[in-house]
Amino acid sequence: MKYLLLVANAPDAWDDTDARPAEGVDDGVITDWAAYTRALHEAGVLVGGQATHTPDTATSVQVRQGRRLLVDGPFADTKEHLIGYYVIEVPDLDTALDWAARVPNARTGTIEVRPLQEGSDAATVLATGRAPGSA
Amino acid sequence: MTDGVDADADAGAALQRAWREERAAVLATVARRLGDLQKAEDAVQEAFAAAAVRWPAQGVPDRPAAWLTTAAWRKALDALRADRFPVPARAPDPQDPPEAAVTDPEPGLDVVAAEDDVLSLILTCCNPALAPEAQVALTLRHVAGLTDRQIAARFLVPEATLTKRLVRARGKIRDARISFELPDRTRLEERLVEVRAVVYLIFTEGYLASGDEPSVRADLCDEAIWLARQLHRLGPDPETTGLLALLLLQNARAAARRDADGHLVPYDEQDRTLWDADAVEQAKQLLATTGAAPPGPYQLQAAIALLHATAPTPGQVNWTVIAQLYDALARVEPSPVVEVNRALAVGRARGAQHGLAALRPALDDPRLAAYVPLHAAHAELLERAGDPAAAAAWERAAALAGDPEQRAHLTRRAVRAAPGPAGTTG
Repeated sequence: MKYLLLVANAPDAWDDTDARPAEGVDDGVITDWAAYTRALHEAGVLVGGQATHTPDTATSVQVRQGRRLLVDGPFADTKEHLIGYYVIEVPDLDTALDWAARVPNARTGTIEVRPLQEGSDAATVLATGRAPGSA
Repeated sequence: MTDGVDADADAGAALQRAWREERAAVLATVARRLGDLQKAEDAVQEAFAAAAVRWPAQGVPDRPAAWLTTAAWRKALDALRADRFPVPARAPDPQDPPEAAVTDPEPGLDVVAAEDDVLSLILTCCNPALAPEAQVALTLRHVAGLTDRQIAARFLVPEATLTKRLVRARGKIRDARISFELPDRTRLEERLVEVRAVVYLIFTEGYLASGDEPSVRADLCDEAIWLARQLHRLGPDPETTGLLALLLLQNARAAARRDADGHLVPYDEQDRTLWDADAVEQAKQLLATTGAAPPGPYQLQAAIALLHATAPTPGQVNWTVIAQLYDALARVEPSPVVEVNRALAVGRARGAQHGLAALRPALDDPRLAAYVPLHAAHAELLERAGDPAAAAAWERAAALAGDPEQRAHLTRRAVRAAPGPAGTTG
């Protein structure tokens, strides 16, 4: 069985000291992205993964009555929930939006198009030992 | 010494001309190759700063745009190298060789294609994946060359807000990789529809500025006309021609739109000698070039505006043709505004009763119940039909109006239309 781990964070959550465990307590969290990726790999459970750019860079696509509607930003309707994902590699955002507008549920749901950070895919992180943004 | 003063003056004038006429092309060429609007803009600023120092001393280059493009490209490359290999800054050594003379374009920097680059820069700034207000800000900042402060003042937002909006938009262009390449022909035509909408939005923002607001807001009309001229120069599309003609015609009435006290003057009562006859003539010539294809919404609106602008008196406006043009406009781009104006034109062409009949579907539409222009048009047509219900209709429109100036105007009309002593004297 494959599982998708959805990684969510508030913009300033890294600074939240209240969330840290008490001195000397191990809460099991691996605080370094590269180390976590390596742990998955060594356990033989890693299929893939990658960091996204911030929600600021997202574009939401809907197709209604044959017309393409674009919204600058992530989808915000709380009644909608994630039902799957595709990762595609194309030259630019316009091309990505063209593919997003052809997803089967584009007429009824929303496709959020979020760029992925280059060099942050699990294979590259394992090979280089470094994860962008983990500084 | 006189030579020095002249050289300064020449260089200053050349620099100003280059800033207005070549800046967008220089930026576009560099941005397209970097894929990063922020870095490109920084490099262009530096290139102009370098020109301000060098042109007075060394003379204005034969091809200022090529000089600036090459200089900006080198500055951009320097910045990229500095990003990758941070080196400590050091004071310039007098023994350093003078900066390489920038005369010819860098090989591979195709300055001839700068026109395509400007068009692609406009398309990037108006990419529909960016929020409309970001499209407007980016276009004014990077195509028209306004500063953050100037744009903020024109849109009545704090400068910090505007700057944040621009930084975020440029970040999205870079990170989400919004393309700087021209799309294929079909897609280009779709995208130009959006670009024209942005230019029209900028114009409207300036046109709707009221007398109490900073006078710089009205500059947005000139900026929009400048942008429409650039678009028209870059691609001969009949709808772009229509947009430019429409903006020229609307702006031609600018001087007559307000009285000495700054109040809006209704169209029928405007002093037509204050209309800009040159602009009207220009628009007329532009519209004569659009060809035989079925006209789009901007051409139709421009044709209507031209009929208004060329009628010697309000009584001589050809309402029959205007009503036909509104029929066509309602087919290609139906909207409440078009429905209302179509009914008013029908009322003038064939009588108020016909106008009221044309307005009926809009009046029955619950979604338009609070639409002020609809109720104002209803009142106008009732008044022309001699129906005493006109006063109540004017009052309804006034009650719905949010803008104090508009509300005052509608209330005056209600008083004037009211039966009794007040009405009979008016």
